[in-house]
Amino acid sequence: MASPATSAVPARASKAPEAGALVATRRRRRYSLLTRPDRLLIILMVGIPLALDLAFVWGPTVASILLSFTDWSGIGQVTAQNIVGVKNYKTLFTGYAFFWPAVEHNLIWLAFLAFIATPIGMLLAVLLDRELSGKRFYQSVFFLPVVLPLVVVGFIWELQYAPSDGFINNAFGLVKSGKIIDWLGNPNLNIYAALVATSWRHIGYIMVLYLAGLKSVDPSLREAAKVDGATEVQTFFNVVLPVMAPINVIIVVVTAIEALRAFDLAFIFNHGTNGLELLSTLITNNSISEASLIGFGSAIAVILLVISLGPIVLFLSRAMRAQA
Amino acid sequence: MSTMTAAPRTSRIQPSRPRRIRPARIALHAFLIAAVALWLFPLLWAILASLRPVSETLFNGYLSWPKSLSLDNYTTVWTQADLPYFYLNTLVIVVPGVILTLLLASMVAFCCTQFSWKFNLVILMLFTAGNLLPPQVIIVPLYWIYLHTPIVSLGSIDIGRFSFALFSDNGLLYDQYLGIILIHVVFQTGFATFVLSNYMKTITKEITESALVDGANVLRIWWSVILPLCRPALAAMATLLFTFMYNDFFWALILLQTGDKRPITSALNNLQGEFFVNYNLVAAGSLLAAIPPIIIFIALQKHFVAGLTLGSTKG
Repeated sequence: MASPATSAVPARASKAPEAGALVATRRRRRYSLLTRPDRLLIILMVGIPLALDLAFVWGPTVASILLSFTDWSGIGQVTAQNIVGVKNYKTLFTGYAFFWPAVEHNLIWLAFLAFIATPIGMLLAVLLDRELSGKRFYQSVFFLPVVLPLVVVGFIWELQYAPSDGFINNAFGLVKSGKIIDWLGNPNLNIYAALVATSWRHIGYIMVLYLAGLKSVDPSLREAAKVDGATEVQTFFNVVLPVMAPINVIIVVVTAIEALRAFDLAFIFNHGTNGLELLSTLITNNSISEASLIGFGSAIAVILLVISLGPIVLFLSRAMRAQA
Repeated sequence: MSTMTAAPRTSRIQPSRPRRIRPARIALHAFLIAAVALWLFPLLWAILASLRPVSETLFNGYLSWPKSLSLDNYTTVWTQADLPYFYLNTLVIVVPGVILTLLLASMVAFCCTQFSWKFNLVILMLFTAGNLLPPQVIIVPLYWIYLHTPIVSLGSIDIGRFSFALFSDNGLLYDQYLGIILIHVVFQTGFATFVLSNYMKTITKEITESALVDGANVLRIWWSVILPLCRPALAAMATLLFTFMYNDFFWALILLQTGDKRPITSALNNLQGEFFVNYNLVAAGSLLAAIPPIIIFIALQKHFVAGLTLGSTKG
């Protein structure tokens, strides 16, 4: 892990005594080493990206929260008359027919990824984490869909799902017998059709993340378990899995975030309507459309934000503990 | 190269044990081969559909033995749907996007890992968390900002039909290449900062300190000392960022209006319905759009995987 540093040190070996002296007084010297222009440079090097991040990511996040308490239409100034308190939230929870279905669809999305796609990805990683001929080939194939744009994924699966021209209905003789299933048109089925397409991509992603985690497990642990007579399955659940706790958290976070971000496939299949409503598509359909319900769409965005904070905080607490 | 290739190399040196072919091994291969077939099927089906003439599939259905195969559908999409033009749009967005993201992210990561100051952890958290937000959370105010931020118009660089505005041809961020580049850079800087700072943590601070003693300024140290040491991480990030930006659908969908400025992904979606009158053309168009990321993947798979895992395992 430390090789980039060690590989560079020999080049500076001539400075060894000086460097030793530096280490001793490091805490005080570091600050005195920086000249005033250096400090200014550091402020700029961090400040410019930070200003952009605040202006285009965190500013809008805060604005979403504020706008959710208004009935602003996006035209002119926001005035005191626009402030409507929690009315948007009340409408969302009680009067808006698509809200709860969208929440349900996001939950189905999460459950499907968490209990089906992610475990399959982990299984593939475990199966491939051994000396195996053709390992690279298998790995590449499972990973291939991850690099494809979701538009392409969506279109490729439309060729499978199409009512009378699609592979699935033809292969199962549903076209000939006249019992065509409209996989993408049926509001009870289309979310699962979209989920299969999403999983095609998600599984490879999880596999790669998990494989990297497995590689970092100390091989001697497994050797020891083997010597003690543990079977491969026992070794995995009792030795490898506990050691992998940090990567397991990452996998959980990635899965949750992917489920909350889901947008592209639903939009590509039918603009996120008729069974494919998701919180993300409701936001754009309400606010960035002729309806221009800025306040109302922002309230949905806030709900999505609040849910997202769970996995985000979990990730940060893990990542920053390692950082500090 | 050092860090990322080191691990697999050592594992390969292990003496190979004499192998016995066990039934478990055969079952494993059988399972994996079945899975591979399942994985490749949708792609192969699309390739087959794209190679068959419309007339044939119209009469015999898609589930029929192909009689003739040709690249006609590809030529049709390539020429009539103006695909080269949309590839160029993508290129104009992705290339500056990747370069700027790497520059900004490496600056932040450098300053936050090589110097200790009060807020470096908070700043790293801000960047990282920002990238983890669903883009839809920020889109409504962002859309408004894009419609109301004045940007100078300094003419444009015109190459044939293609016109790259300096910096905006309507005085706004909305509906501009610049706007799309900007949001990609801002959003992905969060991710790249996180990954690069994880990598730079492993570089000892003494390097920066001794360069300071030698009288180099901070900018110089960042550019000619730290960045060269981060080459593997930068290569991995460049590969990954290229794919992320190439694959983007959402930003271009919302923040661009003119069809002529669309990158290939949202242009493809736009062709649905009006131009894609049959699935053979849909297949050909999709596969053409998939070629650049697939080439990148095949050529740079190692960087790709390294980029993804740098962000997760080192944290």
